[in-house]
Amino acid sequence: MQRYQSLLRKISPALVFIGFFLLWELFVKIFNIQEFILPAPTKVFESLYEFRGVIFQNSVQTLMTTLVGFLIAIVIGLMGGIVLGSSVIIYESFYPALIAFNSIPKVAFIPILVIWFGIGTIPAICTAFLLAFFPILVNVAAGIATVEPELRDVLRALGASKLQMIKKVGLPRSMPYFFASLKVALTVAFVGSIVSETVASNLGVGYLMLVASSRFQTSLAFACLIVTGALGIMLYLICALFEARMTRWTIRSNDSILFKE
Amino acid sequence: MITPYVEIKNVALKYGQDSSSLALDSLNISVHQGEFVAVVGPSGCGKSSLMKLVTGLQPVTNGSIVVGSQVVKSPLNFVGMAFQNSSLLPWRSVIENVLLPMEIVQPYAKNFKKNYSEYADKASALLKLVGLGGYENKLPWQLSGGMQQRVQLCRAVIHEPSLLMLDEPFGALDMFTREELWAILQDLWIVKKPTIILVTHDLREAVFLADRVLVMSSRPGKIIHELRISEGRPRHLKATYQKSSVDAIAELRECIQEARIVRS
Repeated sequence: MQRYQSLLRKISPALVFIGFFLLWELFVKIFNIQEFILPAPTKVFESLYEFRGVIFQNSVQTLMTTLVGFLIAIVIGLMGGIVLGSSVIIYESFYPALIAFNSIPKVAFIPILVIWFGIGTIPAICTAFLLAFFPILVNVAAGIATVEPELRDVLRALGASKLQMIKKVGLPRSMPYFFASLKVALTVAFVGSIVSETVASNLGVGYLMLVASSRFQTSLAFACLIVTGALGIMLYLICALFEARMTRWTIRSNDSILFKE
Repeated sequence: MITPYVEIKNVALKYGQDSSSLALDSLNISVHQGEFVAVVGPSGCGKSSLMKLVTGLQPVTNGSIVVGSQVVKSPLNFVGMAFQNSSLLPWRSVIENVLLPMEIVQPYAKNFKKNYSEYADKASALLKLVGLGGYENKLPWQLSGGMQQRVQLCRAVIHEPSLLMLDEPFGALDMFTREELWAILQDLWIVKKPTIILVTHDLREAVFLADRVLVMSSRPGKIIHELRISEGRPRHLKATYQKSSVDAIAELRECIQEARIVRS
């Protein structure tokens, strides 16, 4: 019984995907929907195979722009978060500006980025970065700013410098916050690069989807969506793996829903 | 006459600008080198403020505090501290927690990498002394409350501070664990002879451990009574039920009772 349950837990995500595609297929078949409106999954996978070369080429581009934007966002977000979180004055003076900045739809930056850098790779990286860095920054700052006063007293009573305080307490404490934000940041980085490719690029999954839809190759557009989802899952899993290694101390039981050994 | 190691002179403390809220007023305490002093008093009398003042975590509003020959103005780095909550760093293993002061306090910190194994041996020896041999690589949450307090005690003494400030370190523990840790603390004190100021609300604890017990009044806190415990060392737990100890506890209790009545 136990073995059966753990097996079920392992394969249940796959069952959800299969069930979803089955329902979709049935829906299309029963209502006899035309392919250029909503292609059946079988058709989508067919074109995924048919256009594998061009899809691969474009998704490598999207993966690259997303990752570069994401990595820059990690560096800037971490550094900014540390600075923001460790000084009340800096925190209070910069926070309103950051909120204002984050309220601007990042897509609105793309035309400006195109004026500065032309179309293609750089606007996509920039958009991915602009979307991804804010959640990281805010979370790291929150982690550092909310260090328990007792922990701070322990360090201060030992004569620790501000830098030691950040290194020994602030940073390790903010790691769970940091990794939680990475998962958000990663998905929005994808949104950023793909939207940018749709508006201003001649390469990438976003561009490919635009081309596909203009030719009424709806199944190709859907194939691109599936590829994007798969890439998202892959990167998410990599993040979760790092998280499990770095924040082991936060997990207090063996059957946590977050990580499995 | 020997000059005292800790000298608190006419100290007043006020939180915020409101002058009516004095936490401490005209507080005078002097503690000799190697002496074990306990401070008791009704709750809210500013005992914990006293800890923060002596370690320099909180500046005085009035008066002066001298530790060693140094006027306390900023946090002192030769003091060991332990609190009621274990305040261990949850991401560090037990031994890494005990070693924390060695990474920060000089002269240990500058040779931390080079002397790591020596320091780690020292930490292990301390853990063994408090009955936690073999727990080096556990994380704090894997230990019980009493075990966490023992780890905290090890962390407070590993850098051999000349002054140990203990803020109700056993307050959250059950009686048996508490008594066990009293004995451990007494052993530590007999071996290393640091100056200890222990803030507590447990009168048996104060009488068992201290050379001298000071009673604080309710807010604004000042010393209203002093009791010397002449019982020899090492003391045994049974002694806390002997007449001399029982009398001492009764005397302290009465004193605190009066302080509470004055307040209400």
